[in-house]
Amino acid sequence: MARIIVVTSGKGGVGKTTTSAAIAMGLAKKGHKTAVIDFDVGLRNLDLIMGCERRVVYDFINVINGEATLNQALIRDKNCNQLYILPASQTRDKDALSQEGVGKILEDLAKDFKYIVCDSPAGIEKGAHLAMYYADDAFVVTNPEVSSVRDSDRMLGILSSKSRRAEQNQEPIKEYLLLTRYSPERVKLGEMLSVDDVQEILSLHLLGVIPESKSVLNASNSGLPVILDEKSDAGQAYIDIVARYLGEDRPHRFIDDKKGFFGKLFNRSK
Amino acid sequence: MSTDSKKTPYNPPVLEFKSSTFSVPVLVLTSNDLTLIDEQLQAKIQLAPEFFKNSPLILDLQELNKQSIDFEVEQLIGLIRNLGLLPVGVRGGNVQQNTQAVGLGLPVYSITSSAGLIESQKQKTIQPYPVVETSKESIGSENSSTTLITQPIRSGQRIYASGDLVVLAQVSAGAEIMAEGNIHVYSVLRGRALAGVQGNLEARIFCSDLQAELVSIAGTYKISEDLDETVRNKPVQVYLQNDNLIIKDIL
Ligand SMILES: Nc1ncnc2c1ncn2[C@@H]1O[C@H](COP(=O)(O)OP(=O)(O)OP(=O)(O)O)[C@@H](O)[C@H]1O
Ligand SMILES: [Mg+2]
Repeated sequence: MARIIVVTSGKGGVGKTTTSAAIAMGLAKKGHKTAVIDFDVGLRNLDLIMGCERRVVYDFINVINGEATLNQALIRDKNCNQLYILPASQTRDKDALSQEGVGKILEDLAKDFKYIVCDSPAGIEKGAHLAMYYADDAFVVTNPEVSSVRDSDRMLGILSSKSRRAEQNQEPIKEYLLLTRYSPERVKLGEMLSVDDVQEILSLHLLGVIPESKSVLNASNSGLPVILDEKSDAGQAYIDIVARYLGEDRPHRFIDDKKGFFGKLFNRSK
Repeated sequence: MSTDSKKTPYNPPVLEFKSSTFSVPVLVLTSNDLTLIDEQLQAKIQLAPEFFKNSPLILDLQELNKQSIDFEVEQLIGLIRNLGLLPVGVRGGNVQQNTQAVGLGLPVYSITSSAGLIESQKQKTIQPYPVVETSKESIGSENSSTTLITQPIRSGQRIYASGDLVVLAQVSAGAEIMAEGNIHVYSVLRGRALAGVQGNLEARIFCSDLQAELVSIAGTYKISEDLDETVRNKPVQVYLQNDNLIIKDIL
């Protein structure tokens, strides 16, 4: 059975696309046939992060409209032959996506792939809704700041009430917290929420913490998902996350100082 | 496409009547003072703006007529419409009032179906629909309706319970829970909690960790800023005493 993973957040620019590329690559490198889909119609950039922007012929919308087959549109990754990318359209607008169209594509992909990673656009509008609607698992990408946490909370509410699983009264979507762009120094200075603060607000299973890291920018400049940079802290953090998702028990890293902004403010003990 | 039925002796049916039951709030008026009605209705709407926005509503004239209070149906309907509600009928009117209502395009309903309800719930002036956005189970039965929520109530979600509301998970900042009866939150309460929203002055809020954005009993409220540090982050109860909102430890 294929598993559909949505990488979502509500708030923009928190690291969804970085995360989608990294975990899709990580799962594929573990030998699982994986597809990663860019739902950000009009603002596509998953193909840039994956380094396949020059090989895009057809896109997601072409397939929905029947202008291309799925096989024609899927791009095989140059570093890993278990990984395929379905790019978004740069030229169409979001209305070209339809629930039935997306459902049909996911159904077709599920026959052939083990994992399908959906890179959601920001916001809670149609694109984000369609990206999460069919999901089995949700990776909720959150930055350690109040507005991002609030938006993630909002998205969690939508996942639990507006998804297919919710509407059909099935087992709910499995929700995981990915805390990204984490900087223990800034937490120490009280400029950022700590892991504990965020978990206390969201009460969600923590899949991993990804540190703020220059390696992310370097990776995206060279068109390689950061998880391939195995020496980097962010790369290792994503490797841990994939392993934990697949059931391995690994201690959390990159956290350091535990008491943050809220802890200091209210001097709470837990 | 054609409406010419001569050529096609048999037209397949294009319509069908079905019987459905809807739950629509009933507004019972006991005064003809338009300013007062306007003021109090606005206050009610403020408590749950989303519920009342474009909400259908039936105007109940029975009490006015019982007390022989003079009024113009048209004025009352105009006032209600101005507040963003959509009147869909009247009941309890006399012949003249009913004729006026029909003239305004409003159907007339009979009062018999729920006369008992009005007697037993004089307090109540308006009943919004129960709207629940998250999974909900009802425990208890018949009259003692308790809504039980076991999932976290997240930012942007809204729960309305027509009886008591029991929540076994956290209520996030940006979430809103409302009950006509009591509210119990056996976890952190960070959002807004409004108990006794139909005017039940006896309603209470209980929670095991108070960090609420707002707590309200029958319309009397306190916002986060007004919460005393001595009750914050503690298990507390909230209730009304001589029109004052009291927040104190659960003992
Ligand atoms: N761990 C990290 N350390 C440093 N920079 C990061 C990290 N994660 C992401 N970024 C940077 O943040 C920016 C936004 O990342 P990304 O495009 O992945 O976010 P997004 O959530 O997909 O954004 P959008 O909502 O616009 O789709 C990028 O410039 C990226 O390089
Ligand atoms: Mg993105």
